[in-house]
Amino acid sequence: SSRQRVNSELFTLTYGALVTQLCKDYENDEEVNKQLDKMGYNIGVRLIEDFLARSSIGRCQDFRETADVIAKVAFKMYLGITPSVTNWSPAGDELSLILESNPLVDFVELPDNHSSLVYSNLLCGVLRGALEMVQMAVDVKFAQDTLRGDNVTEIRMKFIKRMEENLPAGDEARSLTIMIFD
Amino acid sequence: LFVMADEALFQFLHNEVIQYIYKSSEHGEMENGRCITKLENMGFRVGQGLIERFTKDTARFKDELDVMKFICKDFWTCVFKKQIDNLRTNHQGIYVLQDNKFRLLTQLSAGKQYLEHAPKYLAFTCGLVRGGLSNLGVKSIVTAEVSVMPACKFQVMIQKM
Repeated sequence: SSRQRVNSELFTLTYGALVTQLCKDYENDEEVNKQLDKMGYNIGVRLIEDFLARSSIGRCQDFRETADVIAKVAFKMYLGITPSVTNWSPAGDELSLILESNPLVDFVELPDNHSSLVYSNLLCGVLRGALEMVQMAVDVKFAQDTLRGDNVTEIRMKFIKRMEENLPAGDEARSLTIMIFD
Repeated sequence: LFVMADEALFQFLHNEVIQYIYKSSEHGEMENGRCITKLENMGFRVGQGLIERFTKDTARFKDELDVMKFICKDFWTCVFKKQIDNLRTNHQGIYVLQDNKFRLLTQLSAGKQYLEHAPKYLAFTCGLVRGGLSNLGVKSIVTAEVSVMPACKFQVMIQKM
């Protein structure tokens, strides 16, 4: 529906305005990338609670299930797309999320002097922050980017380790322990 | 059935943008003014972009009041999933748009000590309205004030071109 389209355009356009502002504030693309990751992380640590409240997802059995939930539920819910989950490492600790289309880059073209900019880097931070809140340390980065001329956008996600639980008091503890490996 | 939560995502981003704009700034009125302006300008560009895509199929508006009603109903609904609750005008180019439960304030605590921070959460939206109006051919100055959270009023002053 056109109303829904306008809503996601609000996020997309705001994101574009943010990246523009960051490019003004920072000397080089690496700094902008870092800032986007940091901001994404700050969003992720809060978004996870919003997600758990909306989706009533139960405990994930393993990293595979976590990846499926991220692709089929979380991405769908917040960005209206469903990336495919592929390219699993033999150890099952690393995977790719392939985005046929990336709503963040609608109407965006990278100017020539920003070849190192990872435009959608916020997403990496969001995933990292959100998963950290459910005791998973992950490394997330873009492996392919349609903005840089690749055919698809590929996010590579690697499970690093399970983190020690800092048990916060009361309700927080309940919601944070829902998504933990057995 | 699946409910989109893109509005929530926007709110998180909006909050983070505010934190970013303010974090490296010093305290003081001039600096605060600069931050408010930055946020307002960002909102302006977004508002322009939104209207551009939104009104492709809409017939022309018959007058200024028609434009303002559009902002209060269609535009506000698309951006904030609700309409403006009350529109007043002096019929001389000043409009007051009242939102009794402004989405971007509901996360903020209602305590009086947070009232001083409310303008930070209104600046982007002021720009949004100004940008939207600008692309509809209406030049304006938009300000906002909060009296009791989460209700707020946006004041639109039409500028003759």
